[in-house]
Amino acid sequence: MTAMTREETQALIQEVLEAYPDKAKKDRAKHLAVNDQSIEQSKKCITSNRKSLPGVMTVRGCAYAGSKGVVWGPIKDMIHISHGPVGCGQYSRAGRRNYYIGHTGVNTFGTMNFTSDFQEKDIVFGGDKKLAKLIDEIEGLFPLSKGITIQSECPIGLIGDDIEAVSKKKGKELEKPIVPVRCEGFRGVSQSLGHHIANDAIRDWVIGNRDGDESFPTTPYDVAIIGDYNIGGDAWASRILLEEMGLRVVAQWSGDGTLAEMELTPKVKLNLIHCYRSMNYISRHMEEKYGIPWMEYNFFGPTKIAESLRKIAAFFDETIQANAEKVIAKYEAEYQAIVAKYRPRLEGKRVMLYVGGLRPRHVIGAYEDLGMEVVGTGYEFAHNDDYDRTIKDMGNATLLYDDVTGYEFEEFVKKIKPDLIGSGIKEKYIFQKMGVPFRQMHSWDYSGPYHGYDGFAIFARDMDMTINNPCWKSMQAPWLKSAEGGEAEKLAASA
Amino acid sequence: MAIRQCAIYGKGGIGKSTTTQNLVAGLAELGKKVMIVGCDPKADSTRLILHAKAQNSIMEMAAEAGSVEDLELEDVLKVGYRDIKCVESGGPEPGVGCAGRGVITAINFLEEEGAYTDDLDFVFYDVLGDVVCGGFAMPIRENKAQEIYIVCSGEMMAMYAANNIAKGIVKYASSGSVRLAGLICNSRNTAREDELIMELARQLGTQMIHFVPRDNVVQRAEIRRMTVIEYDPKAKQAQEYRDLASKIINNKMFVIPKPITMEALEDLLMEFGLMDGEDESIIGKTAEEEVAA
Repeated sequence: MTAMTREETQALIQEVLEAYPDKAKKDRAKHLAVNDQSIEQSKKCITSNRKSLPGVMTVRGCAYAGSKGVVWGPIKDMIHISHGPVGCGQYSRAGRRNYYIGHTGVNTFGTMNFTSDFQEKDIVFGGDKKLAKLIDEIEGLFPLSKGITIQSECPIGLIGDDIEAVSKKKGKELEKPIVPVRCEGFRGVSQSLGHHIANDAIRDWVIGNRDGDESFPTTPYDVAIIGDYNIGGDAWASRILLEEMGLRVVAQWSGDGTLAEMELTPKVKLNLIHCYRSMNYISRHMEEKYGIPWMEYNFFGPTKIAESLRKIAAFFDETIQANAEKVIAKYEAEYQAIVAKYRPRLEGKRVMLYVGGLRPRHVIGAYEDLGMEVVGTGYEFAHNDDYDRTIKDMGNATLLYDDVTGYEFEEFVKKIKPDLIGSGIKEKYIFQKMGVPFRQMHSWDYSGPYHGYDGFAIFARDMDMTINNPCWKSMQAPWLKSAEGGEAEKLAASA
Repeated sequence: MAIRQCAIYGKGGIGKSTTTQNLVAGLAELGKKVMIVGCDPKADSTRLILHAKAQNSIMEMAAEAGSVEDLELEDVLKVGYRDIKCVESGGPEPGVGCAGRGVITAINFLEEEGAYTDDLDFVFYDVLGDVVCGGFAMPIRENKAQEIYIVCSGEMMAMYAANNIAKGIVKYASSGSVRLAGLICNSRNTAREDELIMELARQLGTQMIHFVPRDNVVQRAEIRRMTVIEYDPKAKQAQEYRDLASKIINNKMFVIPKPITMEALEDLLMEFGLMDGEDESIIGKTAEEEVAA
């Protein structure tokens, strides 16, 4: 299928909207748009960060997911209590592939589940005493933990427990940061508010902990990686590039990160933000309070990596700038070989994405490096500042969908017929059963890293082995194949 | 005969628990088998029947034992004056936790444990003053109390609360069989109190089932943790509670109430001289400003 015109894309949106009742149609129409690169402000074409409609099968998460699952969870040397009934903690346990180094259960706790396991009596009589006891038990069993966060599940906000008072008291007793986080799942419209609440908790309980303490020796080249969750080792593949160009990475937020790293971040010269959506808040705070500038970058695919390395280097001196060029040159042969190998196999393939915080726009460059085109993209929980950035990265007349519904996504795929869909576990099997090659773009489908030059090699290999997998030629049962098998196969692939 | 389940509501401090226990004592005297279910974290709905300070409540014992599943009915069901069965839902101290959830848990426990035996004639739920959340509406949901009695007096806030409770009943009446069965006037000796409550009852579409006069013997009995009927069966007040009991036995007037508007309520209060006509010129004026004017 050739590229769609603006009118065709608009007609497709209209056609899909027709299935809805009037009220839903009116609401959903605001979340679907045809991209127009000339628009400066996305609010002119798309609405985001609004409550999902009942019945549409949104894949959004909740505030607890945003705080415990995304922002706080990867801080490896702190223990994160899922405060409330057992399910929230247990069903999110180790669900995100944010890799870390350490001895789990001794000095790191990333894949463990700590919960206050609320019962009826805790709801009725309040859970503060139980929380205090749990904190004591944690201290006894895991004395090497550097601190504790309290990730509130829904009931905590409903029954009005005073977790702040418990935190202050226990924090003083144990001489460790104990951070109450009011991320009750019913707050906000998606996980996005949870990111914000988690950022605010870091601001209020962590970021100023070493104010006035000059004992940490700094260098002019100190930076922090903000908003890299080290999925499949992403942050590690990013960190080496920064280090090779002569910068010192003081902190990783929050993949493979530590409490000490967070506390030291106010000492750095520049904050580098990968996932803008989930951590712009704390970066802005550090800018206001400590005057630390922040810069967005993109380490997906050689084009964006080179662009980003040069942009970062431009903030520093000529040595760093020269080093950046050296780094790009050093990896050039390697990534050219990747492109040479995979581009012929992937050239012209069309991709539809639907992911979370940054990937719906950040991975576009990596696909383009392989000769592929992203023809539709959307975010689960973006705000309009995300779409402002996306408009420029997407081609004209491509499709944008915010908080896409199960129905819309399927219909769009049926009409646009992409060669690849990049989305999450909830979408994966639906589209695979429809015969469309699919990659999980939250978890990298248990692969990765995809960041940096190292990641690009893996990314290219994964896309190739998915799209060009021979299984897609076997979508029809042998006994259903007619004499003119070719025709039947074509039908099956388009079903 | 099926168990008649009744809930007593009314403004805080109006005398719900005292009235309920005295009336239940009257029912027991008339040979009825009754159970009282206290639905108030203060757990003071059964003390006059049990001669106890406060009964061990379901939630309190559940917290001690670990969970409600660890409790037996005998642990929480006590028998007092004339075999009246008593349970208290209990709940947290003020300012923590969720008392409403306590009521829900406790009533579910009673159902599962078979506390509602066939030999019972009446179950009375004595519910915390204001229906602040879904938990305190538990006794009037499906298959629970079907008759609601509102205790009130001829005071403005008591009548205001009675009207609000009527609104709550309407909500549940439309989806179930709960009905307003009458107002019990627990007298505060205000002027023309009986006429006023009768008029309020008329406007709500119900009845003033009984006018309970004020009598110090109630307090004297209460100091002894007894009902008037037990403490001084010959007292005039004991007869009042017996009358209330027999009126409830014979009550047939179960209605979906018609709550009145704020304006209608204010008109009623003005008519009976409990409220002055509104003077727009004094709204928002401090005492100092009034003197200056």
